[in-house]
Amino acid sequence: MGKQLLLGDEAIAQAALDAGISGIYAYPGTPSTEIMEYIQGSVIAKERDIHRKWSANEKTAMEAALGMSYSGRRVICSMKHVGLNVAADCFMNAAMSGINGGMVIVSADDPSMHSSQNEQDNRKFGDFAMIPMLEPSNQQEAYDMVYGAFDLSERLGYPVLLRVTTRMAHSRAGVEIKPIQKEHELKCPENGRQRFILLPALARQRYKALIEAQENMLAESEKSSYNAYFDGPDKTLGIVTTGIAFNYLSENYPNGFEHPVVKVTQYPVPQRLIERLVENCDEILVLEEGYPVVEEKLRGLLNNGKPIHGRMDGTLARDGELTPDAVSCALGKEVVTYYTKPEVVEQRPPALCQGCGHRDVYAALNEVLKDYEGARVFGDIGCYTLGALPPFRAIDSCIDMGASITMAKGASDGGVFPAVSVIGDSTFTHSGMTGLLDCVNEQTNMTVIISDNETTAMTGGQDSAGTGKIEAIVRGLGVDPEHIKVIIPMRKNYAEMEALLRAEIDYKGVSVIIPRRECMQTLAKKKKAKK
Amino acid sequence: MNINIILSGVGGQGILSIAAVIGKAALKENLYMKQAEVHGMSQRGGDVQSNLRLSDKPISSDLIPLGQADLIISLEPMESLRYLPYLKKEGYVVTNSEPFNNIKNYPEEATLKAAYEKVPNKVVLDVTKVAKEVATARAANIVLLGASVPFLGLTYEKIAEGIREIFSRKGEAVVNSNLAALKSGYELAKKA
Repeated sequence: MGKQLLLGDEAIAQAALDAGISGIYAYPGTPSTEIMEYIQGSVIAKERDIHRKWSANEKTAMEAALGMSYSGRRVICSMKHVGLNVAADCFMNAAMSGINGGMVIVSADDPSMHSSQNEQDNRKFGDFAMIPMLEPSNQQEAYDMVYGAFDLSERLGYPVLLRVTTRMAHSRAGVEIKPIQKEHELKCPENGRQRFILLPALARQRYKALIEAQENMLAESEKSSYNAYFDGPDKTLGIVTTGIAFNYLSENYPNGFEHPVVKVTQYPVPQRLIERLVENCDEILVLEEGYPVVEEKLRGLLNNGKPIHGRMDGTLARDGELTPDAVSCALGKEVVTYYTKPEVVEQRPPALCQGCGHRDVYAALNEVLKDYEGARVFGDIGCYTLGALPPFRAIDSCIDMGASITMAKGASDGGVFPAVSVIGDSTFTHSGMTGLLDCVNEQTNMTVIISDNETTAMTGGQDSAGTGKIEAIVRGLGVDPEHIKVIIPMRKNYAEMEALLRAEIDYKGVSVIIPRRECMQTLAKKKKAKK
Repeated sequence: MNINIILSGVGGQGILSIAAVIGKAALKENLYMKQAEVHGMSQRGGDVQSNLRLSDKPISSDLIPLGQADLIISLEPMESLRYLPYLKKEGYVVTNSEPFNNIKNYPEEATLKAAYEKVPNKVVLDVTKVAKEVATARAANIVLLGASVPFLGLTYEKIAEGIREIFSRKGEAVVNSNLAALKSGYELAKKA
């Protein structure tokens, strides 16, 4: 069929389609977004009418995915690393129930935080749930692994976690495609109630089963061709790589490895390969993209075996993504540069687009809050987080999806006045709604601004679950209709916006202000599509 | 054959379409290719870059090591300098000369010019101006691509084929406008 030039994300999506999935469930988040977008654009997905609509958040996505697996179908569920925190309740318990149709969960981690608020390594989550994991080293392997991961999931009876990082997700390479498989028929599990009702008595049985299954998971890893041993002449050092660290190592040895190497891309960590390496070598260097997950295991608490080097002893930085240069340094090689970055080069941080409605919201809010000493603005996750930077410097916090509303509530409970929350429409329906109910139930004195641009803008303009429904949702949660105000955020409306903000801040209770104007980017895209 | 290219600019300037055209051409030559880019937050007016690697042998790292880039192609002059530590000693910088000034402390034109004058191998062009003359302002990135062709290790004809494929769904007029932009950039670079 020839090679196709695919992003890592696209290779994952294509493999899932070719493995015969009946659905994908996801919430957008960098660097995972292109997995769903690729399937939404796929002809075969359309022909088969594969489920491919965005979910309201990662938890609803994973629960729906588990439901589709229950029906006997193959399903993939994708998210960014912090999305798995949202979906964690279902994730942990899907490992208890196990699956019916093959289920693959993709976590796209973002070490170095190119577009994230932390750099958690979700291999820890895979360990936590005690399920098998895959961590491809290149785009072809990503394709091949996902293509086979549904079989692996069905063989073992558990979901499989695929972990990639930014440089894998967002790098393109030629990928060879395999033949497309049929979708699975509808077939609910025969012993379903024994597995899917996690009442304590049954759950105890399931946990025993999960513990017993560890042996099979390890056996799969031990025989997997994705884990490999490469010999090298100099046995003073043995090297363990995980995921894409293998590429950075190979880059440093274009003519073959000097030291023996174990390449780990399927977990649980293949014990026999590691034992062989440790037997043959004097010292061990562990190269991993993310936390020192394998390194910690090798060291153990006592660290009384052969010397282990890596992120924990400072051979590599403890934080940040790996680079070929960082790996060169860890190997004791010299990195030669010929030019330095001239001093005239200034930082160029991202900024809200010119003409963006969020700008008008912050301009009006800043003006009003000049008169309220002690005001605090709790921000949230989206383009409007950029309101933290100059010229606005308008928010005091940004923690996690939906936290603007609940943090403002807690701060108000603690005496902060005015406590203002700024949240986008998609983030509101993702995780803001339940928090707003807490506020309504206690008549908390706070002002919520839902800055509605009718899209999920930061990730590139995906559909937003609440478009056209925001007022109805807010009313439904019990906010007094007198204190639900909609306005168009534009320069000519500043006086009106400011008056509105003042009035609602002064109201002792929950107010919701909805400045609504479509995102400039999606508007331009629509205009272009019309042409 | 082994070429490492860093593409740089400001979010929204169109560095990724340059990468797409080179990618098409490389695939036609049956070359291996890796192209890493960063999506998400930085695309909103921040500095953006993409690492593009072409080779007749399999490529290991998605990222170009320091001191290993043969070419920096930049749609913005200050951004062309940001990645200089990646440039090989004999490497080339091909950059647009027109600043994209969306920050308060953007350097003075003379200071900026003095900085890139120090790079021995370079082609500096006002690609927007050229694009307006031969096509439309939107084709500025393709003028820059044309100016980079002599350093790519790919033939002009293959790049032109890449343009035809990438832009064919937008109609003949768009294809021709981009081909004209490519040609003018190419001619100017040869003279430079």
